[in-house]
Amino acid sequence: MNNRGPDISKGLDWTLIWIYLILSVVGILSIFAVTYRNESILQGLFSLRTDYGKQALYLLLGMLIGTFILLTDSKFFTATANLSYALGIILLILVFPFHTEVKGTRSILRFGSFQLQPAELCKIFVNLALAKYLSRVDTDFSRLKDQLTASAIVLVPAVLTLLQSETGLALVYFSFFLVMYREGLPSIVLIVGISLAVLVIATLLVDPNLLAGILTGLGLLAVWLLRKPIRKKPALLFAIVAIWTVCVGVQRFAVPFFFTKVLKPYQVQRIYATVGIDFPVDPETMSEDDIRRMEERKKASTYNVKQSKIAIGSGGFLGKGLMKGTQTRYDFVPEQRTDFIFCTVGEGFGFVGSAILLVLYLVLLLKIVEVAERQRSTFSRCYAYGVASVIFFHILINIGMTLGLVPVIGIPLPFMSYGGTALITFTVLLAILVRLDADRQMILR
Amino acid sequence: MSSYYESRQKVIRFLFLAVFIVLVARLFVLQVLSPQYRMQAMDNAVYRRVVYPDRGIIFDRKGKPILENTLTRELMVQPNQIKGVDTFGLCRILGIDTTVFRERLVTAILKNGRFRPSVFEATLSIEKFVKLQENMYRFEPGFFLQERPIRTYPFKAAAHILGYIGEVDSNILRRTNYFYQMGDYTGLNGLERYYEQVLMGTRGVEYQIKDNKNRIVGSFEKGRYDTTPVAGRSLRTFLDMDLQIMAEKLMANKLGAVVAIEPKSGGILAMASGPNYDPNLLTGSQRRRNFAWLLGDTARPLFNRAIKGQYPPGSTIKPMGALIALDQHVISPEYGYGCGGAYYSCGRPIRCTHAGGGHAGNLRLALANSCNSYFSHIYRLAVDKPDFGGVKRGYVKWENYAHSFGMGVRLGVDLPSEDKGLIADTAFYNRLYRNQWNSCNNVFLGLGQGEMTATPLQMANLMCIIANKGFYYTPHFVEKLDGESREDTVLNRFRVRHEVTSIPPEFYDVVQLGMQDVVDFGTARVARLPGINVAAKTGTAENYGIINGKREKLKDHSWFVCFAPRENPRIAIAVVVENAGFGATWAGPIASLLTEKYLNDTLRTSRIREFDRIAKQEIILPVIKRKRMILDSIRRVRLALEMGDSSVLEAPEPPKPVKPLRDTVPVKGKKPGDGQPPMPVERPDAAPVPVPVIDTLRPNTPNRRA
Repeated sequence: MNNRGPDISKGLDWTLIWIYLILSVVGILSIFAVTYRNESILQGLFSLRTDYGKQALYLLLGMLIGTFILLTDSKFFTATANLSYALGIILLILVFPFHTEVKGTRSILRFGSFQLQPAELCKIFVNLALAKYLSRVDTDFSRLKDQLTASAIVLVPAVLTLLQSETGLALVYFSFFLVMYREGLPSIVLIVGISLAVLVIATLLVDPNLLAGILTGLGLLAVWLLRKPIRKKPALLFAIVAIWTVCVGVQRFAVPFFFTKVLKPYQVQRIYATVGIDFPVDPETMSEDDIRRMEERKKASTYNVKQSKIAIGSGGFLGKGLMKGTQTRYDFVPEQRTDFIFCTVGEGFGFVGSAILLVLYLVLLLKIVEVAERQRSTFSRCYAYGVASVIFFHILINIGMTLGLVPVIGIPLPFMSYGGTALITFTVLLAILVRLDADRQMILR
Repeated sequence: MSSYYESRQKVIRFLFLAVFIVLVARLFVLQVLSPQYRMQAMDNAVYRRVVYPDRGIIFDRKGKPILENTLTRELMVQPNQIKGVDTFGLCRILGIDTTVFRERLVTAILKNGRFRPSVFEATLSIEKFVKLQENMYRFEPGFFLQERPIRTYPFKAAAHILGYIGEVDSNILRRTNYFYQMGDYTGLNGLERYYEQVLMGTRGVEYQIKDNKNRIVGSFEKGRYDTTPVAGRSLRTFLDMDLQIMAEKLMANKLGAVVAIEPKSGGILAMASGPNYDPNLLTGSQRRRNFAWLLGDTARPLFNRAIKGQYPPGSTIKPMGALIALDQHVISPEYGYGCGGAYYSCGRPIRCTHAGGGHAGNLRLALANSCNSYFSHIYRLAVDKPDFGGVKRGYVKWENYAHSFGMGVRLGVDLPSEDKGLIADTAFYNRLYRNQWNSCNNVFLGLGQGEMTATPLQMANLMCIIANKGFYYTPHFVEKLDGESREDTVLNRFRVRHEVTSIPPEFYDVVQLGMQDVVDFGTARVARLPGINVAAKTGTAENYGIINGKREKLKDHSWFVCFAPRENPRIAIAVVVENAGFGATWAGPIASLLTEKYLNDTLRTSRIREFDRIAKQEIILPVIKRKRMILDSIRRVRLALEMGDSSVLEAPEPPKPVKPLRDTVPVKGKKPGDGQPPMPVERPDAAPVPVPVIDTLRPNTPNRRA
């Protein structure tokens, strides 16, 4: 602590800071390229009427907050982790009675002209709280109780977010399982999880009876392969039968139940669209309103993805140049500034530019992993992995979406998408990491 | 704990790397391996706008423009931007009420959508245009003014020659292999069509960027790929507009045609077809309606009788018969025939207007007196010439002669859809007479009747050949193109001199003198001009038509052909007036007036009165006038029903007074006198060519005896 003195820059990881600045500026440039309409650039930059001007302001604000964080004592974060988590949950709950509906989401709190999206902000608090919990001396991940507690820390805000119709932001919380994996979550949990995901996707793709047949076949195959162990241990046979029952149960009952009763039709439809099939409209279980809304969403989302692919694809190898992209300049891609900002880079700078941007993100992630591994304190390491996981998940979903690999789920591209809350959230996430890293010699609990 | 699971960081790093490799691979597929996205983006955002060049102008021989490009002014509307427009102000200026305003707006949206401009009011008068221009700030940006070039015709003449332009239809699109696009204009008839490639110029292309709502937002790549339009080139024609206007006035209320050619070049000085129409009718916003009206007219004013009217030439063909006989050496210029008032060698006598007195004592006299016996005789001498060994071979020879004189073949004038007239071939006669026929069966060919028709253009061209003593240039309008170069081959075929077999000039001299005698003391004395030797020939062609289902003999067609001056011919004219009687009565004076006008550049005072008299004279068969009256009143009632406006019924003539009557369709004519040729074999009932019915609207097909 004494060594900090007047030089706050000591021990800061400048690589992270530079990458952060580069990505944010590229983001502002991309927003500029999309929204610039012949006004005076300087005026536009400093007025709050243009989106790039606003984003620049958010960046400045973010940097200001970041600086404050860098000036803060690291112990503050461990000390207040649980408190901040409680605050985050309260904010999430407050949204339900006090939200302002903006563009169909019910996740925004409004104070005068200032908007806040707690679901976005809560990522920081969950990350801190999870790190805090995992770094407790008596946490042992081989225990089911601890596994469940950690999962609960993550899933409670996820469920609250989902209830606010923010599917994308809710899904982000699942990225924290990556942190748990690093900290010793048994592989079997992940294996079961992934198997379940495969089963669910297979359910969507394959005819139910055929899939049941395949599952039965696999079960019989397992029995035949394991006939010797089974003879020694008959319980194994029961295990196989139980697994088969669960699988067929999931395929036959759980998935249809989940899809018809739990998820909204348009969400189901998007999931279907991702695996490349049309969602069967069932007039018996769906209201007319739902069907109409689903049709609209379907049209919109297929249109979005098509236009986004055209934009990126037409960029070619070297791109059309900044502001020469006809697709992105002339509003062919909806949500151009926010969720589909990557199209601007893809069209303007082509394969080369997009690949460089992706490499930049990869370098950032690997750098964070490296930073994480050099921490002496478990709290810092867990926190760092949390940051990496969240950013990774955002990139995967967002860019995967623009490339047509992932369903259209509205989540921002870190540092680049237009939007104050998102930019400041990521800034704070990163700033705390840098602060913790600067004090990596300390043991934080 | 951390050391125990440290290896898992590698798994996480690998996971990050793997996902990035997948994303980059996907990017590579989309951006490098899928060229179709570039096309799709272009389709999305780039609008290819064709820029039309100014169409070429057509000038007459004195350099006066026969047609011009003028601007028509239109008020355009872009429906998505009319919020806040002063609707009442606009309605007041346009003189419409808000209901009409709303209606037009709906029409515009239905036609072109909300985001693209449509015509709100076409052809604005200059007053409205100026008023709108002053007040435009109140209506912008939803409304704006636009100017578009259209054709106008200052002389209101030469409609048949110039043709008209119109929007391309799917037929034209297919025929031109989609060179044109929907909405393009192209020459649809006349010179506009024949010289389309020259007149249209080269289209330019502008690439513009449009946004997701199809609005134009700027030029693509700063116009790097744009091409500028090249204006169409103008045509310099031989037409003499003074002569043309005069010819049209003379033919305005008659059926028939006038063709005047400059023999030395084949350049057409004037070509009129009666009845005619004002070419301005087929331009601008009323084009479709006027066209429909003209098309439905019983007189078919759109029909160019100068190149499509097929008439038996009558006696005007006699000079050709003489030349053929002379060249076959079956007669000499001194050859005479003792005509006693009729030709008796083919059964029933063929009557002649003169009797005895040596009126056919030699070729010159026979021509001057138009002796039917003489020309029947020499026709038979020509085809029955012993060298050939039979009439069939002799007739083939005669037919070839006729073709080389331009009869029965398309001359190739620079107008579309010229007709070729008729010279029947031996196969036709073989079929008609079951292989047994002789020169008596078609002796009328010597008199320009029978299985023979000619267009006025062909007759004028025949005059050119005689005037030139044996050669002609394909009759044509266009002398040269502006900026003509070696690559322009379109006019080459009009610069080829066509020799007509190898008839020696002495024979032409005799025929020319004979034709001068026609004027000096023969049948065409009406065409005499002081100080100018005019060579001419009259014709009075019998013809038949079907009226109310019955084949009836109609009044003769009046023919007149001439050239002048004989020594150094500068003009050759053919005139036909349908059902007007003797050649010298109507066609003769018309040709004579035109000749005088062209050669002297003016008319004598006495002749101006003559001009007025002929121009005023309406020559229409009474039976046809009746038919026209019936058809027109039906049309007027229909129009009144369509428009819901009964005032049309009282109006003297709906949009424009045109002489609506059906031209009589000529049936096979016979010479005066009821000379029925001997028929060795009875003629089959079913004639090869059907006889037209007068009260239908069918093309003017030539007809011979039923």
